[in-house]
Amino acid sequence: MQSFLTDPFSFIANWLESLLLGLGLQPALATFLLQLLGALVLGTAMLLLTFLLIWAERKIVARIQDRLGPNRVGPFGIFQTVADLLKLVTKELITPTGADLIPYNLAPLLAVMSVVGLWAVIPMAPTLLGADINVGVLYIISIGAIGTLGIMLAGMSSNNKYALLGAFRTVAMMVSYTVPLVLALLVPVLLTGSMGMQAIVEAQSPWAYIFLAPIAALIFFISSVAEVGRAPFDLLEAESEIVAGFHIEYSGLKFGMFFVAEFLHAFTISALTATIFLGGWQGPWAEQYTLLGLLYFIIKTSLVYFVVIWLRGSFPRIRIDQMNAFNWKFITPLALVSLIFTAVAEKVVVDFDLPRLLIHLGVNAILIVLIAIALGGYARYQRAQAEERQQRVRQKSAPKAA
Amino acid sequence: MTILQIAFLLIAFVTLVSALMVVTSPSMVHAALWLILSLAGIAVLFVLLNASFLAVVQVAVYIDAIAIMIIIVVMLTNDPLRSAMRTVTRAWWGAAIGALIILTGLLVMITQTPAFNLQPPPLAMGQEEYLETLGRALVDVNQFILPFEVASVLLLAALIGSIIVAWPFLAERREEGDR
Repeated sequence: MQSFLTDPFSFIANWLESLLLGLGLQPALATFLLQLLGALVLGTAMLLLTFLLIWAERKIVARIQDRLGPNRVGPFGIFQTVADLLKLVTKELITPTGADLIPYNLAPLLAVMSVVGLWAVIPMAPTLLGADINVGVLYIISIGAIGTLGIMLAGMSSNNKYALLGAFRTVAMMVSYTVPLVLALLVPVLLTGSMGMQAIVEAQSPWAYIFLAPIAALIFFISSVAEVGRAPFDLLEAESEIVAGFHIEYSGLKFGMFFVAEFLHAFTISALTATIFLGGWQGPWAEQYTLLGLLYFIIKTSLVYFVVIWLRGSFPRIRIDQMNAFNWKFITPLALVSLIFTAVAEKVVVDFDLPRLLIHLGVNAILIVLIAIALGGYARYQRAQAEERQQRVRQKSAPKAA
Repeated sequence: MTILQIAFLLIAFVTLVSALMVVTSPSMVHAALWLILSLAGIAVLFVLLNASFLAVVQVAVYIDAIAIMIIIVVMLTNDPLRSAMRTVTRAWWGAAIGALIILTGLLVMITQTPAFNLQPPPLAMGQEEYLETLGRALVDVNQFILPFEVASVLLLAALIGSIIVAWPFLAERREEGDR
């Protein structure tokens, strides 16, 4: 039997359902109302969480850069974000001349929607998830496409060349990094045999996928950071080149929505990485005590989120040609090869416990050695090319000197 | 009429109207945006028909592609946001008559089909099983493996072609050939 202590989420849901049915509502209507309520609670909770996320990120980045960070409003400056929000709310909503009104106002909504929509399929605890659809992984990809669309609309409708350039960069980056993202996502799908998020989490019970497919996990993490457009991949808002990028013409709360979407998206990809590769809510006694599962999920997500912030605090921004070369010449082929290796290894495996782990780890180790050899060869080739070029220059200039 | 039928009619109406706007909108970018609405309407229709896989693929493939299409539109046309192109040709009445004849023919055909007034039969399997059947059919030797592989060879050819076009070594050689 479910009791409040072991499984509070089902307990509350059952209680609410019996309450609504007791009021004399039809079962279909009661289910609809419950789902609406769940969606409202989930969305609101995520947007409120952003207050905490922005504060935590500012604090951590400040510590990395040897500063104090926000420390005036409330204890440890924790209410700084609230003060910032109040400032944003009181600002005027300026619409630039010649803006394309409907796309211009639709864009911030789409940006927020695409992020909050992702949380519908992330299982936070064994019984706490929005919808266990059987195409969860594909749903994540397609919702990401809507986010890209929002940014494209913002850049295009603002009637500003910097905004348009920023949007072009963003779309180029997001669309190209979707390729390794999808390929890396195929590895856990292949290991699970299902695209449902809950099934993926349940399949990670002895070993999380980060042990079975470390390379795919790394590729997924890198390309999802790029998908969010955060440092070191933040060239869509490179201040020195294109001012502020696609949201340059937005002010007040409309800018706030892009801001919230970006921070929440960073946390969301941390949650996705934790769910797909770190085992989500899996942990000791998570099946019996749902709250414990939620705790494991939060701990794992926060760990990944810390790494995301750490990256932002440590790495300089990459150039646009480096961004493209890194994606198309390195991660995409690597993701393809890793997918093939994993598929072969999974066919070889008969026993589904320790031997499986060892085989997959061995395959990944072979792959890492191959990458090292290939990169070394590429570096030698580049050096030889550079030397040859220098020699040619020297030969050309030599007769003149003589 | 059930709620589902009302929703179907509403969404079908939105899809059709936005499809019409795609061809009548004077601005290229607006046409692309209307196309998004039209394709999204089709995705919702898939959801209503219990085909969530197709719906998700519809969004992932088409709407992602449209963001790129907008870029191409902006790059290939001058002042794409405010261009007031003529969207009606001089021979519009001929096209209208042709369309009307085809529409009448189709309507007559559709109303004469015996399935017109039938209720849809309940699905024989669960949604997930249909998805699995689809996946297996694509790689089954007796079913659709040939078209599936031909499509992938086509895509591979396009990929190799674009790499060859962009290959710096071959580009240099082409330039030397020109001289």
